[in-house]
Amino acid sequence: MNAVLGRRVTRLEDRPLLTGCGRFAGDMVFEGQLYMRIARATCAHGRIAAMHLDAAKALPGVVAIWAGDDIADLPPIDFRDPAATALAPYRQTILARERVRYIGEPVVAIFATDAYIAEDAAELIEIEYDEYPVTLDASGPLGEFAPGLQTEPIMLEQGYGDIAAAFARAHAVIELTLKIGRHSGVPLETRGAIGRYDAANDILELHGAAKVPHRNQEAMARFFGRDHAHLHLHEGHVGGGFGIRGELYPEDFLVCLAALRLGRPVKWIEDRREHLMAANHSREQEHHIRAAIDKDGVVLGLEDEFFHDQGAYIRTHGARVVDLTIGMLPGPYRIPAYRAKGHMRLTNKTPAATYRSPGRYEGSFVRERLMDAVAGRLGLDPIIVRQRNLVPKDAMPYARGLGALGTDVVLDSGDYAGLLDKALKRFDWRGRQAAIQARRAKGEYVGLGICMFVEKSGLGPKDGARIGVLPDGGIEIVTGSASLGQGVETALAQIAADTLGVDYRSIRVIHGQTDRIPYGIGAHASRATVLTGNATHQAAILLRETIMKAAADLLQLPVASLLIRDSIVSAREGGHGPSISLRDLAVQMPDALHSEGWFHTDHMTYPYGVHLAQVCLDAETCLTKVESYLVAYDVGRAVNPAMVEGQIAGGFAQGLGGALYEEFRYDERGEPLSVTFADYLIPTLHEVPALDILVTEDAPSPLNPLGIKGAGEGGCTGVGAAIASAVADALQKPEAVKTLPITPQRLRNMLRGPA
Amino acid sequence: MKVAPFHYHAPASKQEALDLLAHYEPEDARILAGGQSLIPMMAFRLARPGHLIDINRIPGLHGIDLRGDAIYIGAIARHAAFEKPIEPGPTGRLLADVAAAIGHAPIRSRGTFCGSLANADPASEWCMTATALGARMRIEKSGALRELEASEFFFGIMTTALEADEMLTGLTLPRLPADARHGFYETSRRAGDFALGAALAIYRLQDGRMQDARIVLAGAEPHPRRLADAEACLNGEVPSDAAFRAAAEAAANAIDPLTDGQVDAGLRCDIARAVCHRALLRSLA
Amino acid sequence: MKQPYHLQVNGRDCAVEAEPRKILADVLREDCGLTGTHIGCEHGVCGACTILLDGKPVRSCLVFGIQAQGADIRTVEGLADGDELHPLQQAFMEHHALQCGFCTPGFLMLGAALWESGAKPTEAELQALLSSNLCRCTGYGNIQKAIASALDARDQAPKRSGEGAP
Repeated sequence: MNAVLGRRVTRLEDRPLLTGCGRFAGDMVFEGQLYMRIARATCAHGRIAAMHLDAAKALPGVVAIWAGDDIADLPPIDFRDPAATALAPYRQTILARERVRYIGEPVVAIFATDAYIAEDAAELIEIEYDEYPVTLDASGPLGEFAPGLQTEPIMLEQGYGDIAAAFARAHAVIELTLKIGRHSGVPLETRGAIGRYDAANDILELHGAAKVPHRNQEAMARFFGRDHAHLHLHEGHVGGGFGIRGELYPEDFLVCLAALRLGRPVKWIEDRREHLMAANHSREQEHHIRAAIDKDGVVLGLEDEFFHDQGAYIRTHGARVVDLTIGMLPGPYRIPAYRAKGHMRLTNKTPAATYRSPGRYEGSFVRERLMDAVAGRLGLDPIIVRQRNLVPKDAMPYARGLGALGTDVVLDSGDYAGLLDKALKRFDWRGRQAAIQARRAKGEYVGLGICMFVEKSGLGPKDGARIGVLPDGGIEIVTGSASLGQGVETALAQIAADTLGVDYRSIRVIHGQTDRIPYGIGAHASRATVLTGNATHQAAILLRETIMKAAADLLQLPVASLLIRDSIVSAREGGHGPSISLRDLAVQMPDALHSEGWFHTDHMTYPYGVHLAQVCLDAETCLTKVESYLVAYDVGRAVNPAMVEGQIAGGFAQGLGGALYEEFRYDERGEPLSVTFADYLIPTLHEVPALDILVTEDAPSPLNPLGIKGAGEGGCTGVGAAIASAVADALQKPEAVKTLPITPQRLRNMLRGPA
Repeated sequence: MKVAPFHYHAPASKQEALDLLAHYEPEDARILAGGQSLIPMMAFRLARPGHLIDINRIPGLHGIDLRGDAIYIGAIARHAAFEKPIEPGPTGRLLADVAAAIGHAPIRSRGTFCGSLANADPASEWCMTATALGARMRIEKSGALRELEASEFFFGIMTTALEADEMLTGLTLPRLPADARHGFYETSRRAGDFALGAALAIYRLQDGRMQDARIVLAGAEPHPRRLADAEACLNGEVPSDAAFRAAAEAAANAIDPLTDGQVDAGLRCDIARAVCHRALLRSLA
Repeated sequence: MKQPYHLQVNGRDCAVEAEPRKILADVLREDCGLTGTHIGCEHGVCGACTILLDGKPVRSCLVFGIQAQGADIRTVEGLADGDELHPLQQAFMEHHALQCGFCTPGFLMLGAALWESGAKPTEAELQALLSSNLCRCTGYGNIQKAIASALDARDQAPKRSGEGAP
């Protein structure tokens, strides 16, 4: 074994990205390509009364202009997974029909020879609207989506235990109303899509695919009524995903449809203003949570009712974020009785969906604010309150009695108290408490905050991988995984190299090409390494057996006496015996050296973490400074610790954005106010403090051979909660922080307001 | 976010630029200096001039002239030119302190001092500085020259005395006397963002007492102005935290605070008070 | 109306025919075929399109291509020497300073400006410079480490070569 699994090796992905040779959607050029521009609704809710398209049509360079009526035969964009029938009427069509429901909604598509001209044409289009009342508050009165359809398509409810009994015997009941602000992934590369029709082979192609190319191939095949063999998706380099990129949006369908109808490749590159009003938003929820507690701070029962601001339409995820919020809200705590109701509400804002740690960023904020409130009410140490409520190590696996994403939530393994201890020591929590007391005595507003959480990853049902020796002796892994920048090529190569005894750098990993392999789970919800990783592991084991058998025959040696090192099969003992390189073996046995491996799972695996924060508030300017931060995260087993840390550090910066800076704001008529990077505030290096990361491997997952749990989201999950906790501590008002992000204005209201 | 079409002109002389401006002024001709505010506005199509008159190739507009009693700053002098003190005296140090807070390095390598003044964003550090130092604006149009004091130049949010056919071709900054002290402080949500508030305080220290105090804020009001009430709290006083606090309080009380969805009047005044106090504390450093 | 002009990019002449309204980033990508310069916001905030113009870092979305005539333009494609990565690129790889790689060319060019100026920034100065660009994947720490370590190596290199001298 080369023992490359678990090492901090450099990434296979880096060289083209460092030298400017990447191939992002915007970099792709096809002969004769047209550019698409979308004219978007400028009214948040209204009936389209008239459209004036003639001036735009007459502009030289404009090839075609479509409105909703021109494509009225096409269905709305469907859900990826089966969804309740009640959701179906709320799906978005690829261009608005009759009514518009958010500012930014695609109304007209323009196709021109040049991106500048396409935008000139869009500016010439005039659309008149009869305005309807707007619904902007998801927790307010219901509005009308369409005649006979109200703005609450569904209310999800789950629970377990005797909630009434819990409240009946409570020592105290704590009630909080908490809000999480609307923010999202906002990758640095905006969305992009290029549709191309290969008439010679009758193949429709979408370039610029991401995240879930195979699932999207299924959806697009259904949409266009084409067989899979005649519709392919291709992933190039992808400039960040974070859950929002790679979902199917109106523009993806439009470029494909236009490629078919206009007979030319059609390219669309989203601009940043569009991105901030058209790509999926996320997170906005208002929770009304009640806890029944005993005198020691043990939670006897938890009741939550929340309103999820879905925006104007239900997109590909259906009600997933509501479902996840409910299923994951109890986190690492026992909570003997629990009931949650999630109202999915439509508003006249950009549609929302999943963003890194969907439902958990929100739920963790709510749950951890509650834990701090419990400690505050009872005058207990917030650490002790948490310790008293944790699911103990010996209770694993722990069936929650809840479901999420169609599976039962069964916490597979974990030592929550153990990780808390490690984190507190590493952060020197007690030492910091003493130092903070001294600073407070001098008038400073300094505080410590904590969030404990459970993440989820590795949702099945299955994924496969193919692996083979190429004629040049190199190894090729073909997967249906996707690369969003997380290093999946390197991770899969490390896994395979470890088993095969080759240099991981001799391995090529194919992903995101539906014409190379007919299946693939993609890369979402921290599952690529768990599913595709274990499938690759399985495939590598099988390939190794094939290689060994072939080499044993050729070398006239027993299999057990052979090993593979640096792509050469040789006798285990001594350096001078017979040997054969993989390359020679591949030449001698063409088409024999390949295998396919599969990994199936019925349950998710649950990594867990602790976030600890120290903040200092500027009581005069009302700015919050994060002074120190620790993320402790147990991932079961780290394939490449440097990449795991990279995921955590990046997730942390995004979580920090949602905690202090990033917010999609709207005015009272539904006009989005955060449509520039001067208004939507992504943290810079200056705002992101030095981060300490503690990756542990104390609780490998029993659910997969490698013991892996996904690492993509835990850096983000607890940040809003931990910073809120620290700000509340700095204010010495455990219940003061009720809303994220903690803007200067909100902090001022807390500082100057009543306790 | 592609810019709307325009006619591009790259005049070789100031006279040619002024003539072009006069000629095309009815078609919304605009001067293109650093472009770091104008081009984003054009990308959003919030500005769509028919003619852009690029003055970057005109010799003689880039310079900073230190020879006279006052410092002369040409129309194309970039922010970055001030990052290292342009002269050893207090004025050079003051300009260097302020320059470091303007946007980010790649913006400073392109954007210009005079462009900031013509743009007149309420949060502009240079507008605040020009007001505090008593800059004299050199305003030219084809066939005419006029000069205005900073106090006569700024009218409101992104509004100045400049007419559509006029160009700010340069300005002079009177030098601070050798006994001048200054302090500058700025705060913003993120590094490099427009200031939530900034303050520049200047005074002369004579026999241990403050004289000729000047206090100007940025980001607090529609346009910068000298805050006489705050200045009065300093003149004749020995520098002390009490005096500084009094001046900061007076400044916060004097402003007509800018408000938006993110900052209400109370917060803006709090920030104004804080930046003013901190700027004054820095004057002692 | 398109106008012909020439740009000097990475030491090479590039003939362009483009409308004056075309920003330099688009000209580099579409007319010079250099797609390593990325466009992330087109309004001068994200820094993905940062290039060197006469040795200074600028946002190529806030300069029109036609304005860059006669200037020495440097892009990420000009950093490596054939197959040999620039020390900054090597440091980015070693420090895991990139994930999706979209912001990377902009950060590399910020680093290149420092590298070539010979400046030795303090930690605070380096932070101030790098806070001009946005990264959504890495949380920045590794980018700062990579550039700092490359600059350290630059400053130590002459010492090493001088050690053998009499």
